[in-house]
Formats: sequence, structure tokens, C-alpha cells
Amino acid sequence: MGLAKRIIPALDIKSGQVVKGISFDQIRAVGNPVALAKRYQEMGADELVFLDITATIEGWATMKSVVDQVSKEIFIPLTVGGGIRSLDEMTSLIQAGADKIFLNSAAVKDPGLVAAGAQVFGAQAMVGAIDAKWDPVNGFYRVYSAGGAKPTELDAIKWAQELVQAGAGELLVTSIDADGQKKGYDLRLYQQLTAAVDVPIIASGGAGTTKDFVDVFEDGSVDAALAASVFHYNQIAIPDLKRNLREEQVEVRL
Amino acid sequence: MTIVIVDYGAGNVLNVAKAIEYTGMSVKISKDPADIASADGLVVPGVGAFAKAVDQLKVAELVEPIKNYAKSGRPLLGICLGMQLLFDSSTEFGETEGLGLIPGQVVALPQQKNYKVPQMGWNKNEVRLENPLTKTIDDKYTYFVHGYYAVTDKKYIAATVPYGQVAVPSIVVNKNVIGVQFHPEKSGLDGLSLWQSFQEMVVGV
Repeated sequence: MGLAKRIIPALDIKSGQVVKGISFDQIRAVGNPVALAKRYQEMGADELVFLDITATIEGWATMKSVVDQVSKEIFIPLTVGGGIRSLDEMTSLIQAGADKIFLNSAAVKDPGLVAAGAQVFGAQAMVGAIDAKWDPVNGFYRVYSAGGAKPTELDAIKWAQELVQAGAGELLVTSIDADGQKKGYDLRLYQQLTAAVDVPIIASGGAGTTKDFVDVFEDGSVDAALAASVFHYNQIAIPDLKRNLREEQVEVRL
Repeated sequence: MTIVIVDYGAGNVLNVAKAIEYTGMSVKISKDPADIASADGLVVPGVGAFAKAVDQLKVAELVEPIKNYAKSGRPLLGICLGMQLLFDSSTEFGETEGLGLIPGQVVALPQQKNYKVPQMGWNKNEVRLENPLTKTIDDKYTYFVHGYYAVTDKKYIAATVPYGQVAVPSIVVNKNVIGVQFHPEKSGLDGLSLWQSFQEMVVGV
């Protein structure tokens, strides 16, 4: 017996509003972050991920205020990231109420930032975020930076190991191929990751049906599954999802 | 009625304060021994390493004020590392003495196949002793982040969660001194109900 598998709605924030990018573009607004976060807490979400997609100075200030407001009314773990470039920025988000910070492009540029954050806040507060896309020519999962726009030379599985070495206590891994397609999570990616590292893995990208969640927990062996649009547009209700998972012998918090 | 959160530099006290405020209590974050002495309820938070936290308590000259408060009989609640500090000692980075308010020792979670250390996530409580703080928590999941756990006599263990072969004490009680290994400020609506129970204890004294 042990931990419940976690269900994590992701909220993309632009100018203080929740939006969802479909395949990383075509942005549509879906609501107020505090109201949405509260609804998710009531429905049984186990954690919330906030991604700031503004990546400007004004957006940055707005994000801090969103985190502060949300953490006054919502009492589940809050993981925040997007465009973070320095220890000072991490500190201000943690002070605003974030429990964990995720680093993506900034870690690619400087893995030392993950180590610095782990030193100050502990590994449990540092989440290594990876956007990965299968490279069929070379036969490996390639890491992309800049919100999935820019290919790097990094192999996602080796990069995952490096992030953990640097001090990441958890990994949030998005499959660019699966994201927005609603055809299921990229199970092979998570099988490779869970075999390679010991820290919890959050799977992201591809959720379309309840069965996709069952599959990523049972066959992908991940600790948590993240989704956005299926929750925001109420295509999957979290209480129903959790009841179905429990029927399939997946331990969840109900 | 004021709840005082002991501020000694270990971890994020603001989220604890936000949860207490949300449940309708007035909160003061303080490292002033006078505030601790006059508190109606005292919360010892904490994230990080045991030895460093003890050092920080000593440097801030807060060890005696907390011990004196505990003798007053008013409710004291330790959270996560703050719960571990209540025990006699910890083996984290060598043997370090704790506050000695609950008999027992804090040791590392053992390595077990399929059970990652630290334990990070939601686990289900099983109540073993009735207590004002356990009344809403049986069979409920709460949020844990820890690599060490308390080994103590079962008469102090009010609730446990299963982690592989280990029954991890999740709530420990020695009279008015209570420790929770999980984060009630991050345990959703069930966590908020624990804060309600704590408030009732404070008001009832």
C-alpha cells in the first residue's frame, strides 16, 4: 500500500486569465484562475500546475499575483513555471505561495539553476520539465525548448537523468507528438523514463478519454497524469474519472 | 484567540498562515518569545533538514519558549519537520537532539522496492487513537513530503499511513502536544477540516 496516483489539471495563464493552447498555439481563454482552481479542488484535483505563457515582465508580475490569490483560497499543492530564469524569480514565486517550481528552457540553458533551487528550497520543490518529441530518423526522444518550438541536441531520457542528478525531485514530461491530439499519452516515453529515473513522473499530453489515464498509470507506470482541455471543457469530470480509475484497481484519492 | 506560527526560517510559513486564516482564526507569524508565551495555539512548521532546523531554533533562542509553552497545556501543533522536531532525537546527518516533547526518535524511511523516498504525495490515514484532531481524518488522504519518520510507542500514535511495510505515524499526540507528518495546509478540504478541529481545541482550552 502506498501513494494515490495524482490527477493534475494544468492551467495556462496569460495576462492573469486561464487559456489553453492546442498543440502549443491557437490560444483560447477559458476562465478566471481562482474560480477554476477552486472548482478543481472541490472536484478532487490532487495538485494544480500553473504555466505562465506570457513570458513578459508584466505577465510575470501578474503571475505572482495569481499565485498569491490562488494560495489564499486553494489548499492543494501548486506547481508553477513558465519563463523562469533566475533564483530570484523562483524565490518570489515560492513566497507568493507556490509549493513547487518547474524549470524547462531555463534548465536546458543552465542546469545549475535546478541545483541552485534545490539547495535553497529542497529537491521536493524542484520539478524538471521536459518537452519531448520522437525523432524517427535518429530513433530517440529529442528535447525541445522554448515552449516546444526549438529542437535541442538532448536525448530526453538522458536529460531526465541529468535533471535528477542536478536536484530535480520530480519530472513533468510532455509529449509534443501526443499533446492536443487526445489520442492517449505516449506510453513508450513514460516506460523509458520510469525505467531510467527514481523520482516521480508526471505525464502530460494526449489525454482524451478515461482509458488514457488508466493506461498511463498501468502501462506507463507514472505517478501523476496532467491534462488541461478535457478538464476545462468538462469532457472528463474528475470525480467520474477517479471512480473509474478505482474500479480499474488504480489507487486514487476519493 | 490568536494562533502563533513559530518563525525560525525553516520553510514556507505563509501557506500555513493562509490555511489558518481561511478557517477563520487570527494568525501571527512570530519569533518573539513573548508572542509564543501568550499564544492561544502554537504551530511549529518546518521544511528541510532536522539538524539545521534545530540550529535555527537555538540561534533564535526559541527552544525554551516552545518547551515552556508546551508545559502550559495549551495546544501545540508541529507540522512535517515541525512534528519531527517534537521528538527526542533524529538520525538525519548524525544524531541530533530534538525538543523532547514526545518520546521517540526520527529515522530514515527504509529503501523498499516500488516505494520512493522521499514519500511525496497523497496517502490514506488510519486512525488508531481517538483524539479531537483525528475525528475527521480516518480513511482520508492527506499530502506528505518527507524522507524521515517517527519511531515511537504506540500510545503516542493517533494515526498512521501505510508505506510499503512501514506504518508511518501521520498524527502523534502527547497530551496537548500534537504532530502531523503531512501538510494539512496542502491536503485539500480534508486538510482544512483538521484546521477546524485544531481551532476547536484552541477555543475549548
